[in-house]
Amino acid sequence: MNALVWILPITFAGAAACLLVGRRSAAAARWTALATAVAGFACALVAGVVFEPGPEAITLVDRAWIPEIGARLHLAVDGVGLTLVVLTGLAATAGVLFSWNIERRTGEFFSLYLALIGGVHGVFLSADALLLFVFYEIAIVPKYFLIAIWGSTNREHGALKLVLYSFAGSVLVLAGLLWAYAAGGANGFGLDELAAATREPGQAVAMFALVFTGFAVLAGMFPLHTWAPTGHVAAPTGASMLLAGVVMKLGAYGCLRVAMPLFPEGYSFFQDTIAVLALIGIVYAGLIALVQEDLKFVVGYSSVSHMGFVLLGLAAGNAQAISGAVLQMFSHGVVAGLLFAVAGRMVYDRVHTRELGALRTMGLHRRMPFVAGVFVIGGLASMGLPLFSGFPAELMILLGAWKTSPAWVLVAAGGIVVAGAFTLRAVQGAFFAQRGGAAPAGGEGDHALEPITWPEKVGAGMLIATTVLVGVQPGLLLRWIEPVVQSGWLRVITTGGAP
Amino acid sequence: MSADYATLARALGAETALVVAALVVLAVDLAWMRGVSTEKRRDVAALFGAAGCVAALAWCRQSGAPSEVWGGVLILDTLAVVARVGVLVLLLGTFGVLCGNVANRNPAEQVALLLLGGVGLLLMPAAQNLLLAFVALELASLSLYLLVGFDKRSAESAEAGLKYFLVGGVTAACLLFGLSLIYGLTGTISVGEMAGAVRALEFSPLAAVAVALVVVALGFKVAAAPFHAWAPDAYQGAPTPVAAWVASGSKVAALVLFYRLLWPGLHGWAGAMDDVGRIERGWLPIVLVVALASMALGNLVALAQRDVRRLLAYSAIGHAGVMLLALVLAGTFGVGTLVYYVFTYALATLGAFGVLAASERDSRRTTFENLAGLHARSPLLAWCLAVFVLSLAGIPPTSGFFAKLFVFAEAFRVNGISGPIGWAALAGIGFGVVGLYYYLLVLRAAFVATASGGTTERVHVRPLAVAVLVLTAALVVVLGVFPNWLLRVF
Repeated sequence: MNALVWILPITFAGAAACLLVGRRSAAAARWTALATAVAGFACALVAGVVFEPGPEAITLVDRAWIPEIGARLHLAVDGVGLTLVVLTGLAATAGVLFSWNIERRTGEFFSLYLALIGGVHGVFLSADALLLFVFYEIAIVPKYFLIAIWGSTNREHGALKLVLYSFAGSVLVLAGLLWAYAAGGANGFGLDELAAATREPGQAVAMFALVFTGFAVLAGMFPLHTWAPTGHVAAPTGASMLLAGVVMKLGAYGCLRVAMPLFPEGYSFFQDTIAVLALIGIVYAGLIALVQEDLKFVVGYSSVSHMGFVLLGLAAGNAQAISGAVLQMFSHGVVAGLLFAVAGRMVYDRVHTRELGALRTMGLHRRMPFVAGVFVIGGLASMGLPLFSGFPAELMILLGAWKTSPAWVLVAAGGIVVAGAFTLRAVQGAFFAQRGGAAPAGGEGDHALEPITWPEKVGAGMLIATTVLVGVQPGLLLRWIEPVVQSGWLRVITTGGAP
Repeated sequence: MSADYATLARALGAETALVVAALVVLAVDLAWMRGVSTEKRRDVAALFGAAGCVAALAWCRQSGAPSEVWGGVLILDTLAVVARVGVLVLLLGTFGVLCGNVANRNPAEQVALLLLGGVGLLLMPAAQNLLLAFVALELASLSLYLLVGFDKRSAESAEAGLKYFLVGGVTAACLLFGLSLIYGLTGTISVGEMAGAVRALEFSPLAAVAVALVVVALGFKVAAAPFHAWAPDAYQGAPTPVAAWVASGSKVAALVLFYRLLWPGLHGWAGAMDDVGRIERGWLPIVLVVALASMALGNLVALAQRDVRRLLAYSAIGHAGVMLLALVLAGTFGVGTLVYYVFTYALATLGAFGVLAASERDSRRTTFENLAGLHARSPLLAWCLAVFVLSLAGIPPTSGFFAKLFVFAEAFRVNGISGPIGWAALAGIGFGVVGLYYYLLVLRAAFVATASGGTTERVHVRPLAVAVLVLTAALVVVLGVFPNWLLRVF
């Protein structure tokens, strides 16, 4: 497990190194970033190989940090955390590959990119609420720069909106955590310690509302989701992949790891509300995706819809649904990354438009068969077809939700139909439409498009292989996830709040 | 009061060092530096000033054990020593900022005034006597008035100096009046003796007037609303290194003096606020209202600013609100949080002004447009600015985050979230989001926007200024990652 300890120093050192070498040479910054991301991913995989699944988290580091308030540098990992650390390593590596073409201020780009990754890893590994919060905030600020400097459509607006939403959410989280810390008479911010503190039920409900809402902003819960499509669309490809792939998971992870175990009374109180909002998110975002003309907006809204499934799993509150929710986090991280890579890097950077109307005239399936293939696979995975990772994930969520309330499942099933519709529409519109009308101005006629580069092929290959591997063999991850969900800190939830 | 001059001289070694340095600076400049370029004169003056600071710092380290000097006129306890060290560190930083800026026509006088004002700021945190407190405050203020209006060629600077002086004069009168009333009520000018007398006295209307006048005067010093009106003009009009000093050093000293007068001195009149929101008469509710007003006004008006210095001024008003909240809590939780907040805030502000000072050349304009493209013109300055601004915004892992965290955690610990202090903390947390918006605008100007006309001419920054800024930025981050290094002193 010691390999995991190295992820944080490696990533942050890599960020600093990119800043330094980037001044001299863009290529050096690229390779440094790739080496850092691969090293982090390798650490996660090595840790995964030697990981022995169990209900308890394995402590990596635990030492005093700010003794005055009892905060500790406590890093620990269990099956859920490890799943997401592996996801982050994968998304980070793929994201670097799909950012290979960044020419402007390359060193800074990768430096901020890796700082963001470091923050995300830190969140998934923290066992101290304050430490977790610090990493959570470290992951927010680089997003602003990544989008505002290197982004595209309406980038400054998107960046500002995204960061202010995230920050407002994190402020709610901070208020709730501080309140819980102060009112519960806890001696520190350890997650176990805070969970064990006694508090009045009324207070717990209010604290849960603060903390859960704060995290749910980043998870893209309706109606707090509006930052997500704008931010995703504005972001450069690598950053969109991270945003949808891992940053939204931070929100869901915070709900699962912090809000729910700390305030079970609040969770039971709001369970139905969360489910309703999740269902609205699934259907509503899906319907909006159905009428989008910008390919990235389709993928952006589909992210909100898919994250609705994660929240539904959390709301259902039994072991099966929660395991499914964690699996869905992983699956969506991979698939959304793939779709954003196609929309942003492979298509937009070559034909300079993402409008379905314009793409329909280009016959891209003939001119970029590889890309079309990748997007079809991504679309199938996104629809949750068997053999892809989304299938077991959504199936488990729906089976679990059925046990809690069959009505939820009926609505969610409607959402799946909508997901199929918008995905097929996007696939058809972007690649397979019949050529009609004139080619758009700008002269993107029939001349050859820039060929797909090796980093793109490798990145797409990694992501496709992962979604298929997990789809065929979900047990690989469920073996890690289920022992945690079925016992330990989640027991209080899976029995609906009763002791 | 036994007058032992040897003890006094020993206790005031730091002040003596600064006074000697000021005299040396003036003498050297007068005797040998006529006809030399202003840059060189400034460097020599700053060098002697810095030497004085270092000597004073060495002296501060020696007098660590708590001791009362001259029959209790001065007290050198941990708080005083830490505050004095803080002031001296900030003064050193100010000299660094000064050297990175365009030279003034009378650099030696500027440095001497900084040093003499520093003497007042060194005495303020140690003052245990109303008279000495007043004299120290005025000594510091007078030099600041002059420094703010020091740029004789700039009408803005003159206006700012005049405004600062006029409002400062009125508030000095308020302070004197308030202190006189307190003396009249308690019959003593010693803060230590005052505490006993106050405990026996009812919080009468006269006492309320006295306390209110003190709050007005010290509220002016820390730029708390509604006594803030001088700050934006002074920050904008003053020569940039002076603005840095006004915003940093004087804040530290004034808040510690504020604490000494209110908590150890007037504890008996504090009043209280319990968790059902029942408010007892006393100064505590007054300070809390001022704190809330400052947070609201500072943060909201900052949103509309397009000049970075005015923006920093309004954000300083917002920060003053949080500092006053920390001051209210200092009675329950001790002064550590307050000192941590004030010091880390002062460091970040000093740094931010330092970046502005280093990046300005011919024009002193610091609108967003002037800052645009700073990143391309000097990446190092831009990254330092990012650290300082993120610290002011309260983003981890900078010290600004922990400063706010400690204040708000303590506020919630007093009476949960339902009491007035809890609500004030919630408001403070909420205004943090507002703050992030305008701080992001600064970063946007430096990192995202391109300079008008696409100019990418590199800013030539002196290595000394760079070293000072990088050190300050490092300190901001280190105090953030290891906040207990400063906290455990208390």
